[in-house]
Amino acid sequence: MAELVSITIDGHGVDMAQGSTILEACRFLDIDTPTLCQLDNLTPVNVCRACVVELEGSRVLVPACSRQVEPGMQIQTDTPRVRHSRRLVLELLASSVDMTLTSGQVQGWMQRYQAAPTRFGKVATVAKPVKVDNELYVRDYSRCILCYKCVEACGADAQNTFAIGVAGRGFDAHISTEFEVGLPDSACVYCGNCIGVCPTGALMFKSEYDMRAAGTWDESRQAVTETVCPYCGVGCMLELRVQDNSIVRVTSPLDHSVTSGHLCVKGRFGFEFVQKRGPRG
Amino acid sequence: MLRGVRHGARLIAVDPRRTSSAEWADIWLGLDVGSDIALANAIARVIIHDGLPDTKFIERSTTGYKEFAKKVEKYTLERAEKETGIPRNAIREVALAYGQARTGMICWTLGITEHHNATDNVLALINLGLLTGKVGRYGCGLNPLRGQNNVQGGGDMGAIPAKLPGFQAIEDPAIHEKFASAWGGADFPLKKGWHLSEMFEGMERGELRSAYIVGENPARSEADQGRAVRLLSGLDHLVVQDIFLTHTAELAHVVLPAGAGWTESEGTVTNSERRVQRVRRALDPPLGARDDIEIICELAARLGVDFGRPTAEEVWDECRSLSPMHAGMKYSRLDELGGIQWPCPDESHPGTQFLHARLWKDPVEGPLAPFSAVDNEPPVDRLTDEFPIRLTTGRRLDSFNTGVQTNEYTSPLRKGAEALVISPEDGANLGIADGECVRVSSRRGSVDVNVSFDRSMRPGLAFMTLHFPDQVATNVLTIDATDPKSGTAEFKASAIRIDRIPASSSLGGESQARPGEGARL
Repeated sequence: MAELVSITIDGHGVDMAQGSTILEACRFLDIDTPTLCQLDNLTPVNVCRACVVELEGSRVLVPACSRQVEPGMQIQTDTPRVRHSRRLVLELLASSVDMTLTSGQVQGWMQRYQAAPTRFGKVATVAKPVKVDNELYVRDYSRCILCYKCVEACGADAQNTFAIGVAGRGFDAHISTEFEVGLPDSACVYCGNCIGVCPTGALMFKSEYDMRAAGTWDESRQAVTETVCPYCGVGCMLELRVQDNSIVRVTSPLDHSVTSGHLCVKGRFGFEFVQKRGPRG
Repeated sequence: MLRGVRHGARLIAVDPRRTSSAEWADIWLGLDVGSDIALANAIARVIIHDGLPDTKFIERSTTGYKEFAKKVEKYTLERAEKETGIPRNAIREVALAYGQARTGMICWTLGITEHHNATDNVLALINLGLLTGKVGRYGCGLNPLRGQNNVQGGGDMGAIPAKLPGFQAIEDPAIHEKFASAWGGADFPLKKGWHLSEMFEGMERGELRSAYIVGENPARSEADQGRAVRLLSGLDHLVVQDIFLTHTAELAHVVLPAGAGWTESEGTVTNSERRVQRVRRALDPPLGARDDIEIICELAARLGVDFGRPTAEEVWDECRSLSPMHAGMKYSRLDELGGIQWPCPDESHPGTQFLHARLWKDPVEGPLAPFSAVDNEPPVDRLTDEFPIRLTTGRRLDSFNTGVQTNEYTSPLRKGAEALVISPEDGANLGIADGECVRVSSRRGSVDVNVSFDRSMRPGLAFMTLHFPDQVATNVLTIDATDPKSGTAEFKASAIRIDRIPASSSLGGESQARPGEGARL
């Protein structure tokens, strides 16, 4: 049994198991904390800085997602300094990146911190053409906030394929395959675990991309059903998102014990056979 | 597995091919196809000679050690090197690594089981687990990694000749009586049935005259495909229940269109770790296709028995009432716990993480675990001057079995058609170029296929998949020599010859030509 560590967050005392993060303590106390680069099935890289909190005795704000609890920590999550920092992070990201496809939760944080990305005027953006080089998924790096989640999922945290990494420096930094080759010429094995972790819609099923382009993507007509992948004995749980009796996206729950949300190419994309309908179907 | 490697686990890959797993391994043992028992027995001998067996565990929890030790004594490193093609030092290194490790698991797939001596192969691996006490505890165990989402569940539910649901013996009168009375005094045989290979033998003898095939494509998936198609075509009556009009369904007198099990039906499947999980209906099946349960109940009604119209949950609850190891797994618990590992005898039981933990109880609960003295038996299809190359078959990451499901999506990994994968050295010896179309022949038939050179292949070894049977009928080549205990055919070991094709002759995709017709090199 791990030892318990007592800390205080926004005046509330809480005992957490040793090795827990400040973020976990915040969640335990139902303190909604913005995160973009953090995911429970990935190692924290603390690059986005959306989750920063004020720690007594610390010169700078600390990232809640990766900082582990220490005895006696006094933490504030809603001071003007924290609010200002979170607002600026969200504004800077949204000023240069198209964040319109982020989740409702992210939109909620933008509102809560009154982020106004347009206040910088006409600024540099990362906009570039969408990469469509295979039938399974597209990469729209105009929507990429460089959270590194895809790189982690492709690498040591899940797939161990290392098809993508961060290339370039400063504002030119971007996610890339080796030598910028197209996916079919890269090491990619099309597990789609990068899509599963992408928070901004930069990585997307081609079917979803095409439907959005055609204006037929309609979440109000979609339902999600959990089932088990048919293809091997591992037993990965699938979340099938279905619109008009067709599967339009496949994900896997992060909290499932079998593969923590990660899939392979067959489980992620191999569903077409059930949609092959005869003339009467 | 790679997560384990990242956390410091040592990985040893045993495979004739240098697979992507082998590339991650600390040690790769590239053994000759069908020499697994020679390797396992030699490893056991090293462990015994170096004083590494878990003697306390062997004494308390196992039987048959003496006979086993006597058997493996004959498997010296010299002999194993000769029979497996692996350098003796590498065998010794692996034996010491496994023998000295505090924990260690052995995982295998069809490379062990698609052989004429499949059961003996598995027993040889079980011996290693028992010898070192690496069963029934954390980080240990013997794990067959299943190739479909419900291979385990099919067996659990009694889709094997000698068992009823929950591995209860059909020939045990008390068990028989329990099921018969639950099923309203139903009269069913007190005798075990046939497994797949025995059924085909029954067809050959003319004893089996009709078949009802559910969700299987034996006209493409059976070894020695020509024979399988001939026997299925000769039946008096063939019923096929499937989600597609497969090649097997095309041979049928009656086809019953079914819904896809994992997305058009409700029910459960059981994964490799014995975890029973729920599958749910996300799509409506195509017009005319029905749920398997509905089809079976309708069929029963036509035969004069009223099964009613049970839901999947009601069928499952009946199973729970008859199979003690599933008794505690009601649907709501499966939902809540994300699946439960059997045995789960009651509704307060959390499920069982380690199946054989009982062997560590003091005193041991249940029967002791037997060692099995087994010998190496090389593949049935012998290599000769006429058929000098060993063909082994397998799968690729993005495809599944005969391709009925996976050929429907566009995988960027699927570059070109099916290929005969061989080493560049063999290509040079045979005077063929990478990508050239060649004729591959075994003692059973020939196919034309393009060659692909791959450095992961050792000279003398060739590899093909069965994913594109309409383009390249790989199972025309494979041998139907089967393991008498499990009924599995030796898909992993055929003897073949590779011939250049004279410019004027082509067999086309699906050839049944006899060997000897191609120009011999």
